[in-house]
Amino acid sequence: MRDHTDQLRANWAKDAAPAVPACRVDVSDLTVARDRKTLLNIPALTLNAPGPSVIIGPNGAGKSVLLRLIHGLLPATTGQIALTDPSGGGAVKQAMLFQKPVLLRRSVSGNLGFVLRQQGVPWRARRARIDELLAQGHLQTRAKQPARSLSGGEQQRLALVRALATGPDLLLLDEPTAPLDPAATREIEGLIRQISASGIKIVMVTHDLGQARRLASEVILLHRGQVQEQAPTDRFFALPRSAAAQAFLSGDLLR
Amino acid sequence: MQNFAEELRAALLLILSGDPDMWSIVLLSLRVSLTATVVAAAIGLPLGAILAVTRFPGKQLVVVVVNALMGLPPVVVGLTVYLLLSNSGPLGVLSLLYTPTAMIVAQVLLVLPIITALTRQIISELDGEYADQLRSLGLSRMQTVPTLLWDGRFQLMTALLAGFGRAVAEVGAVLIVGGNINHVTRVMTTTIALETSKGNLALALALGVILIMIALMVNAAVAATALRAQRLSHA
Ligand SMILES: Nc1ncnc2c1ncn2[C@@H]1O[C@H](COP(=O)(O)OP(=O)(O)OP(=O)(O)O)[C@@H](O)[C@H]1O
Ligand SMILES: [Mg+2]
Repeated sequence: MRDHTDQLRANWAKDAAPAVPACRVDVSDLTVARDRKTLLNIPALTLNAPGPSVIIGPNGAGKSVLLRLIHGLLPATTGQIALTDPSGGGAVKQAMLFQKPVLLRRSVSGNLGFVLRQQGVPWRARRARIDELLAQGHLQTRAKQPARSLSGGEQQRLALVRALATGPDLLLLDEPTAPLDPAATREIEGLIRQISASGIKIVMVTHDLGQARRLASEVILLHRGQVQEQAPTDRFFALPRSAAAQAFLSGDLLR
Repeated sequence: MQNFAEELRAALLLILSGDPDMWSIVLLSLRVSLTATVVAAAIGLPLGAILAVTRFPGKQLVVVVVNALMGLPPVVVGLTVYLLLSNSGPLGVLSLLYTPTAMIVAQVLLVLPIITALTRQIISELDGEYADQLRSLGLSRMQTVPTLLWDGRFQLMTALLAGFGRAVAEVGAVLIVGGNINHVTRVMTTTIALETSKGNLALALALGVILIMIALMVNAAVAATALRAQRLSHA
Protein backbone atom coordinates (compact mmCIF):
# COMPACT_ATOMS: atom_id res chain seq x y z
CA MET A 1 0.00 0.00 0.00
CA ARG A 2 2.82 2.37 0.85
CA ASP A 3 4.25 1.68 -2.57
CA HIS A 4 1.03 2.68 -4.22
CA THR A 5 0.75 5.98 -2.38
CA ASP A 6 4.34 6.90 -2.98
CA GLN A 7 4.01 6.02 -6.60
CA LEU A 8 0.76 7.92 -6.67
CA ARG A 9 2.55 11.08 -5.62
CA ALA A 10 5.33 10.45 -8.10
CA ASN A 11 2.80 10.16 -10.87
CA TRP A 12 0.67 13.06 -9.72
CA ALA A 13 1.44 15.21 -12.74
CA LYS A 14 2.49 12.56 -15.18
CA ASP A 15 -0.92 11.00 -15.36
CA ALA A 16 0.30 8.06 -17.41
CA ALA A 17 -0.53 4.44 -16.88
CA PRO A 18 2.40 2.18 -16.02
CA ALA A 19 3.45 -0.32 -18.65
CA VAL A 20 2.50 -3.28 -16.52
CA PRO A 21 -0.58 -3.21 -14.25
CA ALA A 22 -0.46 -4.84 -10.85
CA CYS A 23 -2.92 -7.48 -11.82
CA ARG A 24 -4.27 -9.37 -14.79
CA VAL A 25 -7.66 -11.02 -14.96
CA ASP A 26 -8.20 -14.21 -16.94
CA VAL A 27 -11.71 -15.46 -17.45
CA SER A 28 -12.15 -18.89 -19.02
CA ASP A 29 -15.18 -21.01 -19.97
CA LEU A 30 -17.32 -18.87 -17.71
CA THR A 31 -21.08 -19.27 -17.43
CA VAL A 32 -23.40 -17.94 -14.78
CA ALA A 33 -26.96 -19.19 -14.71
CA ARG A 34 -29.74 -18.21 -12.33
CA ASP A 35 -33.30 -19.48 -12.48
CA ARG A 36 -32.51 -21.36 -15.72
CA LYS A 37 -31.48 -18.05 -17.32
CA THR A 38 -27.92 -17.62 -18.53
CA LEU A 39 -26.68 -14.29 -17.21
CA LEU A 40 -23.12 -14.60 -18.48
CA ASN A 41 -21.40 -16.74 -21.07
CA ILE A 42 -17.76 -15.82 -21.62
CA PRO A 43 -15.52 -18.49 -23.20
CA ALA A 44 -12.36 -16.41 -22.79
CA LEU A 45 -11.53 -12.89 -21.68
CA THR A 46 -8.26 -11.40 -20.53
CA LEU A 47 -7.99 -7.99 -18.91
CA ASN A 48 -4.39 -6.85 -18.78
CA ALA A 49 -4.27 -3.48 -20.49
CA PRO A 50 -1.98 -1.12 -18.56
CA GLY A 51 -4.73 1.47 -17.94
CA PRO A 52 -8.39 0.97 -17.07
CA SER A 53 -10.34 -1.77 -18.80
CA VAL A 54 -13.78 -0.27 -19.31
CA ILE A 55 -16.85 -2.46 -19.69
CA ILE A 56 -19.82 -0.94 -21.48
CA GLY A 57 -23.17 -2.31 -22.59
CA PRO A 58 -26.91 -1.81 -22.23
CA ASN A 59 -28.85 -2.17 -18.96
CA GLY A 60 -29.10 -5.79 -17.88
CA ALA A 61 -26.17 -6.88 -20.07
CA GLY A 62 -24.49 -8.53 -17.08
CA LYS A 63 -21.85 -5.90 -16.33
CA SER A 64 -22.50 -5.79 -12.58
CA VAL A 65 -22.75 -9.58 -12.45
CA LEU A 66 -19.32 -9.85 -14.09
CA LEU A 67 -17.73 -7.44 -11.59
CA ARG A 68 -19.35 -9.20 -8.62
CA LEU A 69 -18.12 -12.50 -9.99
CA ILE A 70 -14.55 -11.23 -10.32
CA HIS A 71 -14.85 -9.88 -6.80
CA GLY A 72 -15.94 -13.26 -5.46
CA LEU A 73 -19.39 -12.19 -4.32
CA LEU A 74 -21.12 -14.51 -6.79
CA PRO A 75 -20.28 -18.10 -7.63
CA ALA A 76 -19.72 -19.07 -11.25
CA THR A 77 -21.89 -21.89 -12.58
CA THR A 78 -18.99 -23.20 -14.66
CA GLY A 79 -15.51 -21.99 -15.55
CA GLN A 80 -13.08 -19.87 -13.58
CA ILE A 81 -11.58 -16.48 -13.04
CA ALA A 82 -7.89 -16.18 -12.29
CA LEU A 83 -6.26 -13.08 -10.86
CA THR A 84 -2.51 -12.97 -11.20
CA ASP A 85 0.20 -10.51 -10.35
CA PRO A 86 2.52 -10.41 -13.39
CA SER A 87 5.46 -9.39 -11.20
CA GLY A 88 4.85 -12.59 -9.23
CA GLY A 89 4.07 -10.79 -6.02
CA GLY A 90 1.82 -13.30 -4.29
CA ALA A 91 -1.91 -13.08 -3.69
CA VAL A 92 -3.83 -10.35 -5.49
CA LYS A 93 -5.81 -7.99 -3.28
CA GLN A 94 -8.93 -6.51 -4.76
CA ALA A 95 -11.47 -3.87 -3.80
CA MET A 96 -14.78 -2.87 -5.31
CA LEU A 97 -16.83 0.29 -5.54
CA PHE A 98 -20.43 -0.84 -5.77
CA GLN A 99 -23.07 0.65 -8.03
CA LYS A 100 -24.75 1.72 -4.79
CA PRO A 101 -21.94 1.99 -2.22
CA VAL A 102 -22.91 1.45 1.41
CA LEU A 103 -21.37 3.98 3.76
CA LEU A 104 -21.27 2.98 7.42
CA ARG A 105 -23.35 4.94 9.92
CA ARG A 106 -20.28 6.72 11.21
CA SER A 107 -18.27 9.83 10.44
CA VAL A 108 -16.24 10.21 7.26
CA SER A 109 -13.00 9.40 9.12
CA GLY A 110 -14.86 6.65 10.95
CA ASN A 111 -15.52 4.95 7.63
CA LEU A 112 -11.84 5.11 6.70
CA GLY A 113 -10.59 4.15 10.16
CA PHE A 114 -12.88 1.13 10.11
CA VAL A 115 -11.22 -0.27 6.98
CA LEU A 116 -7.70 0.51 8.19
CA ARG A 117 -8.38 -1.24 11.50
CA GLN A 118 -9.74 -4.17 9.54
CA GLN A 119 -6.49 -4.18 7.56
CA GLY A 120 -4.54 -4.37 10.78
CA VAL A 121 -3.05 -0.87 10.52
CA PRO A 122 -1.92 0.07 14.05
CA TRP A 123 -3.77 2.89 15.77
CA ARG A 124 -0.91 5.41 15.51
CA ALA A 125 -0.38 4.92 11.79
CA ARG A 126 -4.10 5.04 11.14
CA ARG A 127 -4.47 8.74 11.94
CA ALA A 128 -1.90 9.78 9.34
CA ARG A 129 -3.24 7.39 6.73
CA ILE A 130 -6.78 8.70 7.25
CA ASP A 131 -5.49 12.23 6.62
CA GLU A 132 -3.81 11.09 3.40
CA LEU A 133 -6.97 9.40 2.17
CA LEU A 134 -9.10 12.42 3.11
CA ALA A 135 -6.76 14.65 1.14
CA GLN A 136 -6.85 12.32 -1.82
CA GLY A 137 -10.66 12.43 -1.85
CA HIS A 138 -10.72 16.20 -1.18
CA LEU A 139 -12.69 15.51 2.00
CA GLN A 140 -10.43 17.15 4.60
CA THR A 141 -13.12 19.57 5.73
CA ARG A 142 -15.68 16.78 6.04
CA ALA A 143 -13.73 14.45 8.34
CA LYS A 144 -16.10 14.62 11.30
CA GLN A 145 -19.35 14.79 9.36
CA PRO A 146 -21.67 11.75 9.40
CA ALA A 147 -20.82 9.93 6.16
CA ARG A 148 -24.43 9.58 5.11
CA SER A 149 -25.04 13.30 5.28
CA LEU A 150 -22.47 13.99 2.55
CA SER A 151 -23.60 15.05 -0.90
CA GLY A 152 -23.78 12.38 -3.59
CA GLY A 153 -20.45 13.37 -5.10
CA GLU A 154 -18.74 13.47 -1.71
CA GLN A 155 -20.19 10.09 -0.79
CA GLN A 156 -18.82 8.62 -4.00
CA ARG A 157 -15.35 10.10 -3.37
CA LEU A 158 -15.42 8.70 0.16
CA ALA A 159 -16.47 5.26 -1.08
CA LEU A 160 -13.63 5.39 -3.60
CA VAL A 161 -10.87 6.32 -1.15
CA ARG A 162 -12.32 3.84 1.34
CA ALA A 163 -11.88 1.11 -1.28
CA LEU A 164 -8.30 2.35 -1.74
CA ALA A 165 -7.72 2.05 1.99
CA THR A 166 -7.75 -1.72 1.62
CA GLY A 167 -4.57 -1.44 -0.45
CA PRO A 168 -5.82 -3.24 -3.56
CA ASP A 169 -3.91 -4.41 -6.64
CA LEU A 170 -7.19 -4.62 -8.54
CA LEU A 171 -9.96 -2.06 -8.19
CA LEU A 172 -13.42 -2.79 -9.60
CA LEU A 173 -15.63 0.25 -10.17
CA ASP A 174 -19.33 -0.18 -10.99
CA GLU A 175 -20.62 3.03 -12.57
CA PRO A 176 -18.59 5.29 -10.27
CA THR A 177 -20.04 8.52 -11.66
CA ALA A 178 -23.59 7.51 -12.59
CA PRO A 179 -25.46 9.85 -10.21
CA LEU A 180 -22.99 12.74 -10.41
CA ASP A 181 -22.95 16.13 -12.10
CA PRO A 182 -20.21 16.97 -14.66
CA ALA A 183 -17.90 18.66 -12.16
CA ALA A 184 -18.15 15.82 -9.64
CA THR A 185 -17.66 13.36 -12.51
CA ARG A 186 -14.44 15.15 -13.49
CA GLU A 187 -13.16 14.93 -9.92
CA ILE A 188 -13.80 11.21 -9.76
CA GLU A 189 -12.20 10.71 -13.15
CA GLY A 190 -9.12 12.57 -11.95
CA LEU A 191 -8.95 10.28 -8.95
CA ILE A 192 -9.32 7.21 -11.15
CA ARG A 193 -6.44 8.41 -13.37
CA GLN A 194 -4.19 8.87 -10.34
CA ILE A 195 -5.10 5.46 -9.00
CA SER A 196 -4.45 3.81 -12.33
CA ALA A 197 -1.15 5.66 -12.71
CA SER A 198 -0.09 4.36 -9.31
CA GLY A 199 -0.16 0.84 -10.74
CA ILE A 200 -3.50 -0.38 -9.48
CA LYS A 201 -5.37 -2.27 -12.21
CA ILE A 202 -8.78 -0.77 -12.80
CA VAL A 203 -11.75 -2.59 -14.27
CA MET A 204 -14.76 -0.32 -14.49
CA VAL A 205 -18.29 -0.24 -15.82
CA THR A 206 -19.80 2.93 -17.23
CA HIS A 207 -22.69 4.12 -19.37
CA ASP A 208 -20.84 7.31 -20.14
CA LEU A 209 -19.11 6.78 -23.51
CA GLY A 210 -17.24 10.05 -23.18
CA GLN A 211 -15.85 8.75 -19.93
CA ALA A 212 -14.85 5.49 -21.60
CA ARG A 213 -12.96 7.49 -24.24
CA ARG A 214 -11.28 9.66 -21.61
CA LEU A 215 -10.20 6.89 -19.24
CA ALA A 216 -10.03 3.55 -20.98
CA SER A 217 -7.01 1.71 -22.30
CA GLU A 218 -9.34 -0.87 -23.70
CA VAL A 219 -13.09 -1.18 -24.09
CA ILE A 220 -15.16 -4.33 -23.65
CA LEU A 221 -18.72 -4.38 -24.97
CA LEU A 222 -21.00 -6.76 -23.12
CA HIS A 223 -24.43 -7.59 -24.52
CA ARG A 224 -26.84 -10.24 -23.23
CA GLY A 225 -24.14 -11.81 -21.12
CA GLN A 226 -21.61 -12.13 -23.95
CA VAL A 227 -18.50 -10.19 -24.90
CA GLN A 228 -19.28 -8.69 -28.29
CA GLU A 229 -16.03 -6.84 -28.76
CA GLN A 230 -12.83 -6.07 -26.91
CA ALA A 231 -10.52 -3.48 -28.42
CA PRO A 232 -8.11 -0.65 -27.61
CA THR A 233 -10.12 2.50 -26.97
CA ASP A 234 -9.22 4.44 -30.11
CA ARG A 235 -9.84 1.45 -32.33
CA PHE A 236 -13.14 0.66 -30.61
CA PHE A 237 -14.61 4.09 -31.18
CA ALA A 238 -13.09 4.74 -34.61
CA LEU A 239 -13.57 1.33 -36.18
CA PRO A 240 -15.96 -0.86 -34.25
CA ARG A 241 -15.82 -4.27 -35.89
CA SER A 242 -18.74 -6.16 -34.45
CA ALA A 243 -22.28 -5.44 -35.54
CA ALA A 244 -23.25 -5.09 -31.86
CA ALA A 245 -20.62 -2.40 -31.26
CA GLN A 246 -21.65 -0.47 -34.35
CA ALA A 247 -25.30 -0.65 -33.27
CA PHE A 248 -24.44 0.28 -29.67
CA LEU A 249 -22.43 3.34 -30.68
CA SER A 250 -25.24 4.58 -32.90
CA GLY A 251 -27.76 3.94 -30.13
CA ASP A 252 -29.52 1.13 -31.97
CA LEU A 253 -28.54 -1.86 -29.89
CA LEU A 254 -31.57 -3.66 -28.55
CA ARG A 255 -31.60 -4.90 -25.00
CA MET B 1 -65.93 10.26 42.03
CA GLN B 2 -65.41 12.53 45.02
CA ASN B 3 -63.54 9.64 46.54
CA PHE B 4 -61.26 9.18 43.52
CA ALA B 5 -60.34 12.85 43.45
CA GLU B 6 -59.42 12.73 47.10
CA GLU B 7 -57.34 9.62 46.67
CA LEU B 8 -55.56 11.18 43.72
CA ARG B 9 -54.82 14.29 45.79
CA ALA B 10 -53.42 12.12 48.54
CA ALA B 11 -51.39 10.21 46.00
CA LEU B 12 -49.87 13.38 44.55
CA LEU B 13 -49.07 14.62 48.03
CA LEU B 14 -47.33 11.33 48.69
CA ILE B 15 -45.23 11.72 45.60
CA LEU B 16 -44.35 15.34 46.38
CA SER B 17 -43.64 14.71 50.05
CA GLY B 18 -40.85 12.31 49.10
CA ASP B 19 -42.14 9.49 51.28
CA PRO B 20 -39.01 7.36 51.90
CA ASP B 21 -40.88 4.03 51.98
CA MET B 22 -42.51 4.74 48.67
CA TRP B 23 -39.30 5.90 47.01
CA SER B 24 -37.39 2.84 48.22
CA ILE B 25 -40.01 0.75 46.44
CA VAL B 26 -39.54 2.79 43.27
CA LEU B 27 -35.77 2.50 43.50
CA LEU B 28 -35.89 -1.26 43.99
CA SER B 29 -38.17 -1.55 40.97
CA LEU B 30 -35.75 0.42 38.83
CA ARG B 31 -32.73 -1.46 40.17
CA VAL B 32 -34.26 -4.86 39.45
CA SER B 33 -35.60 -4.01 36.00
CA LEU B 34 -32.53 -2.05 34.85
CA THR B 35 -30.20 -4.83 35.98
CA ALA B 36 -32.38 -7.40 34.24
CA THR B 37 -32.36 -5.32 31.05
CA VAL B 38 -28.59 -4.87 31.11
CA VAL B 39 -28.00 -8.59 31.66
CA ALA B 40 -30.53 -9.53 28.98
CA ALA B 41 -28.91 -7.03 26.58
CA ALA B 42 -25.44 -8.45 27.22
CA ILE B 43 -26.76 -11.85 26.13
CA GLY B 44 -29.53 -10.91 23.71
CA LEU B 45 -27.70 -8.38 21.50
CA PRO B 46 -24.91 -10.73 20.42
CA LEU B 47 -27.26 -13.71 20.35
CA GLY B 48 -29.80 -11.93 18.15
CA ALA B 49 -27.07 -10.62 15.84
CA ILE B 50 -25.44 -14.04 15.48
CA LEU B 51 -28.86 -15.52 14.78
CA ALA B 52 -29.29 -12.89 12.06
CA VAL B 53 -26.00 -13.45 10.22
CA THR B 54 -25.50 -17.23 10.51
CA ARG B 55 -27.14 -20.01 8.56
CA PHE B 56 -27.71 -23.41 10.06
CA PRO B 57 -30.29 -26.16 9.69
CA GLY B 58 -33.36 -25.47 11.78
CA LYS B 59 -32.69 -21.74 11.92
CA GLN B 60 -36.25 -20.86 10.90
CA LEU B 61 -37.57 -22.97 13.78
CA VAL B 62 -35.28 -21.20 16.27
CA VAL B 63 -36.46 -17.83 14.96
CA VAL B 64 -40.11 -18.81 15.31
CA VAL B 65 -39.54 -20.06 18.85
CA VAL B 66 -37.66 -16.92 19.92
CA ASN B 67 -40.40 -14.75 18.43
CA ALA B 68 -43.04 -16.78 20.26
CA LEU B 69 -41.15 -16.44 23.54
CA MET B 70 -41.55 -12.66 23.29
CA GLY B 71 -45.12 -13.13 24.48
CA LEU B 72 -44.18 -15.39 27.38
CA PRO B 73 -46.71 -14.90 30.23
CA PRO B 74 -44.88 -13.46 33.27
CA VAL B 75 -46.63 -15.83 35.69
CA VAL B 76 -45.29 -18.81 33.74
CA VAL B 77 -41.77 -17.40 33.91
CA GLY B 78 -42.30 -16.75 37.62
CA LEU B 79 -43.50 -20.29 38.20
CA THR B 80 -40.54 -21.77 36.29
CA VAL B 81 -37.98 -19.72 38.20
CA TYR B 82 -39.82 -20.55 41.43
CA LEU B 83 -39.54 -24.28 40.73
CA LEU B 84 -35.85 -23.89 39.93
CA LEU B 85 -35.03 -21.85 43.03
CA SER B 86 -37.33 -23.43 45.62
CA ASN B 87 -35.70 -25.50 48.38
CA SER B 88 -36.44 -28.77 46.61
CA GLY B 89 -35.51 -27.37 43.16
CA PRO B 90 -32.20 -27.93 41.34
CA LEU B 91 -30.89 -24.48 42.34
CA GLY B 92 -32.41 -24.52 45.83
CA VAL B 93 -29.00 -24.54 47.51
CA LEU B 94 -28.42 -20.99 46.32
CA SER B 95 -31.25 -19.77 48.62
CA LEU B 96 -32.20 -17.11 46.14
CA LEU B 97 -35.97 -17.41 46.40
CA TYR B 98 -37.63 -14.24 47.72
CA THR B 99 -34.58 -12.06 47.02
CA PRO B 100 -34.15 -9.25 44.49
CA THR B 101 -31.69 -11.54 42.67
CA ALA B 102 -34.48 -14.04 42.02
CA MET B 103 -36.60 -11.21 40.63
CA ILE B 104 -33.76 -10.15 38.35
CA VAL B 105 -33.36 -13.72 37.10
CA ALA B 106 -37.09 -13.96 36.34
CA GLN B 107 -37.08 -10.64 34.49
CA VAL B 108 -33.99 -11.56 32.49
CA LEU B 109 -35.86 -14.60 31.22
CA LEU B 110 -38.81 -12.42 30.39
CA VAL B 111 -36.81 -9.70 28.60
CA LEU B 112 -34.19 -11.87 26.89
CA PRO B 113 -36.51 -13.17 24.14
CA ILE B 114 -37.73 -9.64 23.43
CA ILE B 115 -34.24 -8.21 23.03
CA THR B 116 -33.01 -11.25 21.10
CA ALA B 117 -35.95 -11.31 18.69
CA LEU B 118 -35.94 -7.56 18.04
CA THR B 119 -32.15 -7.58 17.62
CA ARG B 120 -32.35 -10.42 15.11
CA GLN B 121 -34.98 -8.50 13.17
CA ILE B 122 -33.06 -5.20 13.16
CA ILE B 123 -29.67 -6.79 12.37
CA SER B 124 -31.18 -9.00 9.65
CA GLU B 125 -32.45 -5.96 7.83
CA LEU B 126 -29.18 -4.07 8.24
CA ASP B 127 -27.25 -7.13 7.08
CA GLY B 128 -29.25 -7.16 3.87
CA GLU B 129 -27.87 -3.70 3.19
CA TYR B 130 -24.32 -4.29 4.49
CA ALA B 131 -23.45 -7.92 3.70
CA ASP B 132 -21.77 -7.50 0.29
CA GLN B 133 -20.05 -4.25 1.24
CA LEU B 134 -18.57 -5.70 4.43
CA ARG B 135 -17.49 -8.85 2.65
CA SER B 136 -15.83 -6.67 0.04
CA LEU B 137 -13.99 -4.83 2.80
CA GLY B 138 -12.63 -8.16 4.01
CA LEU B 139 -14.86 -9.10 6.95
CA SER B 140 -15.91 -12.66 7.63
CA ARG B 141 -19.55 -13.27 8.55
CA MET B 142 -18.73 -13.45 12.26
CA GLN B 143 -16.60 -10.32 12.07
CA THR B 144 -19.61 -8.41 10.79
CA VAL B 145 -21.48 -8.92 14.09
CA PRO B 146 -19.88 -6.09 16.10
CA THR B 147 -20.02 -3.80 13.05
CA LEU B 148 -23.72 -4.44 12.52
CA LEU B 149 -24.45 -4.02 16.25
CA TRP B 150 -22.67 -0.67 16.26
CA ASP B 151 -24.23 0.61 13.07
CA GLY B 152 -27.66 -0.52 14.29
CA ARG B 153 -27.12 1.16 17.65
CA PHE B 154 -29.97 3.65 17.43
CA GLN B 155 -32.57 1.08 16.43
CA LEU B 156 -31.23 -1.40 18.97
CA MET B 157 -31.69 1.20 21.69
CA THR B 158 -35.42 1.00 21.09
CA ALA B 159 -35.24 -2.78 21.52
CA LEU B 160 -33.57 -2.31 24.90
CA LEU B 161 -36.15 0.26 25.95
CA ALA B 162 -38.95 -2.09 24.90
CA GLY B 163 -37.37 -4.77 27.09
CA PHE B 164 -37.04 -2.41 30.05
CA GLY B 165 -40.63 -1.25 29.62
CA ARG B 166 -41.84 -4.82 29.74
CA ALA B 167 -39.75 -5.64 32.82
CA VAL B 168 -40.71 -2.65 34.92
CA ALA B 169 -44.42 -3.08 34.21
CA GLU B 170 -44.81 -6.82 34.81
CA VAL B 171 -46.21 -8.13 38.08
CA GLY B 172 -46.66 -11.90 37.77
CA ALA B 173 -43.03 -13.03 37.74
CA VAL B 174 -41.68 -10.76 40.48
CA LEU B 175 -44.67 -11.53 42.70
CA ILE B 176 -44.10 -15.29 42.57
CA VAL B 177 -40.30 -15.34 42.98
CA GLY B 178 -39.99 -12.20 45.13
CA GLY B 179 -42.90 -12.82 47.46
CA ASN B 180 -43.70 -9.11 47.85
CA ILE B 181 -41.88 -8.87 51.20
CA ASN B 182 -41.95 -5.40 52.70
CA HIS B 183 -38.59 -3.56 52.48
CA VAL B 184 -37.02 -6.56 50.73
CA THR B 185 -38.71 -7.51 47.49
CA ARG B 186 -41.61 -5.12 47.22
CA VAL B 187 -41.61 -3.34 43.87
CA MET B 188 -44.04 -0.90 42.27
CA THR B 189 -46.31 -3.35 40.53
CA THR B 190 -46.58 -5.81 43.41
CA THR B 191 -47.20 -2.98 45.86
CA ILE B 192 -49.97 -1.61 43.67
CA ALA B 193 -51.64 -5.02 43.61
CA LEU B 194 -51.33 -5.48 47.36
CA GLU B 195 -52.28 -1.95 48.47
CA THR B 196 -55.28 -1.89 46.14
CA SER B 197 -56.61 -5.10 47.67
CA LYS B 198 -56.02 -3.63 51.14
CA GLY B 199 -57.90 -0.47 50.18
CA ASN B 200 -54.86 1.81 50.53
CA LEU B 201 -55.58 3.52 47.25
CA ALA B 202 -53.39 6.57 47.79
CA LEU B 203 -50.11 4.63 47.78
CA ALA B 204 -51.31 2.41 44.90
CA LEU B 205 -52.27 5.45 42.86
CA ALA B 206 -49.03 7.27 43.64
CA LEU B 207 -47.01 4.31 42.38
CA GLY B 208 -49.33 4.02 39.38
CA VAL B 209 -48.65 7.63 38.47
CA ILE B 210 -44.89 7.09 38.78
CA LEU B 211 -45.13 3.95 36.64
CA ILE B 212 -46.95 5.86 33.94
CA MET B 213 -44.34 8.62 34.08
CA ILE B 214 -41.62 6.02 33.63
CA ALA B 215 -43.48 4.62 30.62
CA LEU B 216 -43.73 8.15 29.20
CA MET B 217 -40.02 8.73 29.73
CA VAL B 218 -39.16 5.45 28.03
CA ASN B 219 -41.27 6.45 25.05
CA ALA B 220 -39.75 9.91 24.98
CA ALA B 221 -36.32 8.29 24.99
CA VAL B 222 -37.33 6.12 22.03
CA ALA B 223 -38.53 9.18 20.13
CA ALA B 224 -35.40 11.16 21.00
CA THR B 225 -33.23 8.27 19.84
CA ALA B 226 -35.04 8.11 16.51
CA LEU B 227 -34.72 11.86 16.11
CA ARG B 228 -31.01 11.84 16.85
CA ALA B 229 -30.48 8.98 14.39
CA GLN B 230 -32.28 10.96 11.74
CA ARG B 231 -30.33 14.11 12.46
CA LEU B 232 -27.09 12.19 11.95
CA SER B 233 -28.48 10.60 8.77
CA HIS B 234 -28.03 7.30 10.55
CA ALA B 235 -31.67 6.30 10.47
N1 LIG C 1 -28.75 -12.84 -8.20
C1 LIG C 1 -29.43 -12.82 -9.36
N2 LIG C 1 -30.39 -13.73 -9.64
C2 LIG C 1 -31.08 -13.72 -10.80
N3 LIG C 1 -30.87 -12.80 -11.75
C3 LIG C 1 -29.93 -11.87 -11.55
C4 LIG C 1 -29.16 -11.83 -10.36
N4 LIG C 1 -28.32 -10.79 -10.42
C5 LIG C 1 -28.55 -10.21 -11.62
N5 LIG C 1 -29.50 -10.85 -12.30
C6 LIG C 1 -29.97 -10.53 -13.66
O1 LIG C 1 -28.85 -10.52 -14.50
C7 LIG C 1 -29.00 -9.55 -15.52
C8 LIG C 1 -27.77 -8.67 -15.57
O2 LIG C 1 -27.73 -7.87 -14.41
P1 LIG C 1 -26.60 -6.81 -14.14
O3 LIG C 1 -26.88 -6.18 -12.84
O4 LIG C 1 -25.28 -7.42 -14.32
O5 LIG C 1 -26.85 -5.77 -15.32
P2 LIG C 1 -25.96 -4.52 -15.69
O6 LIG C 1 -25.31 -4.82 -16.98
O7 LIG C 1 -25.09 -4.15 -14.57
O8 LIG C 1 -27.09 -3.44 -15.94
P3 LIG C 1 -27.16 -1.90 -15.47
O9 LIG C 1 -26.46 -1.14 -16.55
O10 LIG C 1 -28.60 -1.61 -15.48
O11 LIG C 1 -26.52 -1.77 -14.14
C9 LIG C 1 -30.28 -8.78 -15.21
O12 LIG C 1 -31.29 -9.27 -16.06
C10 LIG C 1 -30.58 -9.15 -13.76
O13 LIG C 1 -31.96 -9.19 -13.54
MG1 LIG D 1 -25.04 -2.68 -13.17
